[in-house]
Amino acid sequence: MKIQFQLNGKPVQAEIQPDTILLDLVRKMGCKSVKRGCETSNCGLCTVWMDEKPVLSCSVLAARAEGRRITTLEGLEKEAQEAGRYLAEEGGEQCGFCSPGFLMNVLAMERELDSPDEEEIKEYLAGNLCRCSGYMSQLRAVKRYLNRRKEG
Amino acid sequence: MGEKRYVGAPVVKKDAPSLVGGRPVYTEDLAPEGCLVVKVLRSPYAHALIQRIDCQEARKMPGIACILTWEDVPGKRFTMAGQTYPEPSPYDRLILDRRVRFVGDAVAIIAGESNQAVDKAMKRIKVTYQELDPVLDFRAAKDHAVLVHPEDNWKSLAPVGADNRRNLCASGIDEKGDVDSILASCAHKVEQTYHVKANQQAMMETFRAYSYLDTYGRLNMVASTQVPFHVRRILAHALDIPKSKIRVIKPRIGGGFGAKQTVVAEVYPAIVTWLTGKPAQIIYSRYESQIASSPRHEMEIRVRVGCDQEGILKAIDVYTLSNTGAYGEHGPTTVGLSGHKSIPLYRTEAFRFAYDVVYTNRMSSGAYRGYGATQGIFAVESAVNELADQIHMDPVAFREKNMVRQGDVMPAYYGEQAMSCTLNQCMSQAAEMIGWKEKFPCRDMGNGKVRGVGVAMAMQGSAISGVDVGSVAMKINDDGFYTLMVGCSDMGTGCDTILAQMAADCMDCDLEDIVVHGTDTDISPYDSGSYASSTTYLTGMAVMKACESLREKILKKAAQYLNCDEAELEFDGRKVRQVKGEKEISLKDIGNQIMCNNEEALAAWESHTSPISPPPFMVGMAEVEVDKETGEVELIDYVAVVDCGTVINPNLARVQTEGGIGQGIGMTLYEDVTYTEKGQMLENSFMQYKLPTRQDVGKVRVEFAPSYEPSGPFGAKSIGEIVINTPAPAIASAVCHATRVQVRELPITAEKLCRGMHPEWFGHGSPT
Amino acid sequence: MIQAKEYVRPSSLEEAYQLCRRRSSVVAGGMMWLKMENIQKQTIIDLSGLGLAGIEEDEEQFRIGAMTTLRMLETHPGLNQEFDGIFRECTRHIVGVQFRNGATVGGSIYGRFGFSDILTCLLALDAYVELYYGGVMPLAQFAAIPRSITERNILVRILIKKDGRRAAYRTVRRASTDFPLLACCVAKKGGQWQISLGARPQRAKAVVISENEESCGAEGWEEQEAIRIAKEGVKAFSFGSNLRGSGEYRRVLAELLIRRLARQLQGQGEAGSGMGSGREQSKNGTMTESDQSRKEDNRR
Repeated sequence: MKIQFQLNGKPVQAEIQPDTILLDLVRKMGCKSVKRGCETSNCGLCTVWMDEKPVLSCSVLAARAEGRRITTLEGLEKEAQEAGRYLAEEGGEQCGFCSPGFLMNVLAMERELDSPDEEEIKEYLAGNLCRCSGYMSQLRAVKRYLNRRKEG
Repeated sequence: MGEKRYVGAPVVKKDAPSLVGGRPVYTEDLAPEGCLVVKVLRSPYAHALIQRIDCQEARKMPGIACILTWEDVPGKRFTMAGQTYPEPSPYDRLILDRRVRFVGDAVAIIAGESNQAVDKAMKRIKVTYQELDPVLDFRAAKDHAVLVHPEDNWKSLAPVGADNRRNLCASGIDEKGDVDSILASCAHKVEQTYHVKANQQAMMETFRAYSYLDTYGRLNMVASTQVPFHVRRILAHALDIPKSKIRVIKPRIGGGFGAKQTVVAEVYPAIVTWLTGKPAQIIYSRYESQIASSPRHEMEIRVRVGCDQEGILKAIDVYTLSNTGAYGEHGPTTVGLSGHKSIPLYRTEAFRFAYDVVYTNRMSSGAYRGYGATQGIFAVESAVNELADQIHMDPVAFREKNMVRQGDVMPAYYGEQAMSCTLNQCMSQAAEMIGWKEKFPCRDMGNGKVRGVGVAMAMQGSAISGVDVGSVAMKINDDGFYTLMVGCSDMGTGCDTILAQMAADCMDCDLEDIVVHGTDTDISPYDSGSYASSTTYLTGMAVMKACESLREKILKKAAQYLNCDEAELEFDGRKVRQVKGEKEISLKDIGNQIMCNNEEALAAWESHTSPISPPPFMVGMAEVEVDKETGEVELIDYVAVVDCGTVINPNLARVQTEGGIGQGIGMTLYEDVTYTEKGQMLENSFMQYKLPTRQDVGKVRVEFAPSYEPSGPFGAKSIGEIVINTPAPAIASAVCHATRVQVRELPITAEKLCRGMHPEWFGHGSPT
Repeated sequence: MIQAKEYVRPSSLEEAYQLCRRRSSVVAGGMMWLKMENIQKQTIIDLSGLGLAGIEEDEEQFRIGAMTTLRMLETHPGLNQEFDGIFRECTRHIVGVQFRNGATVGGSIYGRFGFSDILTCLLALDAYVELYYGGVMPLAQFAAIPRSITERNILVRILIKKDGRRAAYRTVRRASTDFPLLACCVAKKGGQWQISLGARPQRAKAVVISENEESCGAEGWEEQEAIRIAKEGVKAFSFGSNLRGSGEYRRVLAELLIRRLARQLQGQGEAGSGMGSGREQSKNGTMTESDQSRKEDNRR
């Protein structure tokens, strides 16, 4: 079957199977930032936005993308590099495999929450697992990123 | 060498923009279109013989390229352990064996054009198994009537006390002094047994590799591995082909933690490509990574410790029973660390360390950060905490009386001397950070909750002494930039960057002038690989040596170009000039001139090995809050102070520490491993195997107390592994101080604490 | 992984219902659980084109469309104000925000999973389900029927009456975003206590216990009453063992949690006091007491 949707701001068409998973589709369409870390919706590595809301692309049928706006890290390059810079300045990206999904959710959080405190940040990002960092450097980076305008 | 600009600075990793930008730099991202999909059919039984395996129908399915069974693979046994040859791990594997030895063991390899085609074909393979009695209880495995490896061509290459006729993968003893009589004379003693399960490394990128034949018909393997050179050798053994026919390339890898020090997945695409000539790729599912991989060795450790009236520790006796599972990867070596890296934390008159490593019909174990030290330190540090509690002495004070100090010779650590050790400083600094004096042992919060604090020390090594080899090659290019070719494996830890920091300071150049080339066995100099906490310490020294000889060559070449004696010259990183004179030439000009009319390559190639393995040291302290009724535990605060020698990159060292502690917290509080009666592992997904989330790790705070290690680069020791060792004993003791319940089998769960605090509520009782 | 040969997004409930009558079809809610099932179907029926994602509120009740996501429940001001923040409390531990942006209330309730926080919560509120075929029935009744019997039907909405009840929710989990080891919801309306327990590990059910009016007013009667309710309540349930805990431990926890939640409700004002019961609304959603105490910890 054929679907049409917006991928990173551009209208696209794709030929899919009825049971194609969005994660596999966007990777096939070149968005290799989207990773798979589990099969049970637990790791958050595959986070993309559907109509600006963060979702697990491993659990979304590609067919459901019809007419929707799908955003991956490739579509947020400037923002990703900026937020990513804060992460790298803490050494928090480590192996980097969870970074794209993590950054997608950080950027979603920035849009959804108004000056979240530490507990709110942790809760919003709890669905993004990371095995390297122990999370502290990520928290430092997110707090600095969110406060960047105050920091100057 | 001038001033240090980069060593000691929080330099951002060289690959950071790629990683945070989501660039396609990992194995799966790089695999060519059209790779065959390789999957493995796995045994449903813990122990069985394959009587018949019928693949006829499956082979005819559309899109299937090949299906392999035990009849199609070489019959020479090998080990998948990524260790220096001759490996201490026994040669007990075949790519596919007629005997399957755990639930999840490989039965057949299926390769086809798509996931769907392979899945369909897999269902059509008809296997008739003869079920055999399994050996599931590791306490009963030694000299069990059932043998896990009865085969005649099983062999052990090293004298590790292995005997397949006794289900023994290794066995041994090391001692000094008369432990029994000293313990008998001790005023206070503790004898307890501690149990650590087969925790999973659970790196976010599962095992994966792809292979293809190159222009010369050689097998090229791109693998997510920590040990590219060992992969080359192991594939040659497994396929029974010359090593010269194999090339291994390591791209960016999504975490390893030791898991990828075992060649878990590479053999499957390799044999498919070798036999079909087609590119082939395997990607382990998380399920496979959980049930058929290379987790920590389950160990049960009996510890006896005794002290006198004043709290002076007299003797430590450790017996470790280690469960290597179905195969012996890292079995003979991990067990050693359970004693050799726990007992030397203390000055004692005598020690004994004995061990058995047994085969069972469970998943094979492997290398996981800490590598046996984690299990041993949980046991010994818990026993010491229990002893201090028993004599009502503050465990910090108890340790201050007994801990190893700089200059001490450590009999239980191969007689090595601690040339660099600030363990005492780590202790006082950590106590200060957490507010130990005010908080020890516990405080009732008045709301049904109680808080307790606990402490533990740890050590590890820095590379395997007399075995590991770190090498680098360094060359000057036109315009005078350098290429640093390394054979170690950056697995996210940042070693490419750290080595470049060292090289830049040695060459007095900018970090941008050093291009690091990560590992390709055709190009990189031989390096044993990134494991055993070796890279900073060992490969770092190789960098220093290479830079030194390159500087000499630069001077020599400059002398030739300037037509003077090299003794007159100095090199400041940019220019070579006469100390007393006018002549000078820039490095840029040298770099460009050597491209013309030149007979000597401006390159250096150096290896380094070390006769000693200087231990890093650390102290961890935990504060927990426990619900006095439900037993729920919340980790409030964790502080750590680390002596890793000179800190080369404070950011990366900090994140190593925080990350290791995070994993340590995971194994202590959340990550359980249980089996069915038939030997099936139940925590087979992230839904059941609970890694800590960012809400589960409390607050982790890290500081450093650097010593200076004379044998290390810039005074550095290791940090990668030690950092996982303190959470288990520190948290267990904090919980005990809060509840009076000492948990000796991980993980510490609310139920265990509730039962310990309120045994009367269970059975026929109730809370009210 | 689920496999299917056809994908349909019906534009009417009737069409969806007719499609789902076929044995070879399967209804997709949020896909969170469905995608993990190793099944082959002819048709996946996607309900996302029916306008069922939303919460309507009027004077008398809440009407929650089956495709409403758990995140919408979590952040809905009206629902959380009416029921003391329990919708936030019963959702916020479920995996992560991305998961809750996908998982639907219809999927949770239709699946009737043993571990369901949502089912546990709704059962304490006397909620109703609206089925396309068969109309409205009490959730308790629906939850008790085996899944196979209602398989060929469409769950359209969940209905919750605003009957002035107070409610409190608490789980014990082995890790913060794990399935609950035990989930407990207690509600109070007039002289009736409604206790719902999920993850026993069997699917949630609820019982009603009447207040002992005679004890009222005596010294320490509230504590005594909470203990009595907990003891009575636990008797109505069976408890089993799984990876997360033993049946014995669950029984102990059940008694402890019911007692605590009952005490919490006793300490609160009557219906209509809304968020005034010691809670405050934060800028990013409703705040629960556990948030509050944790924040105080962090200020140490």
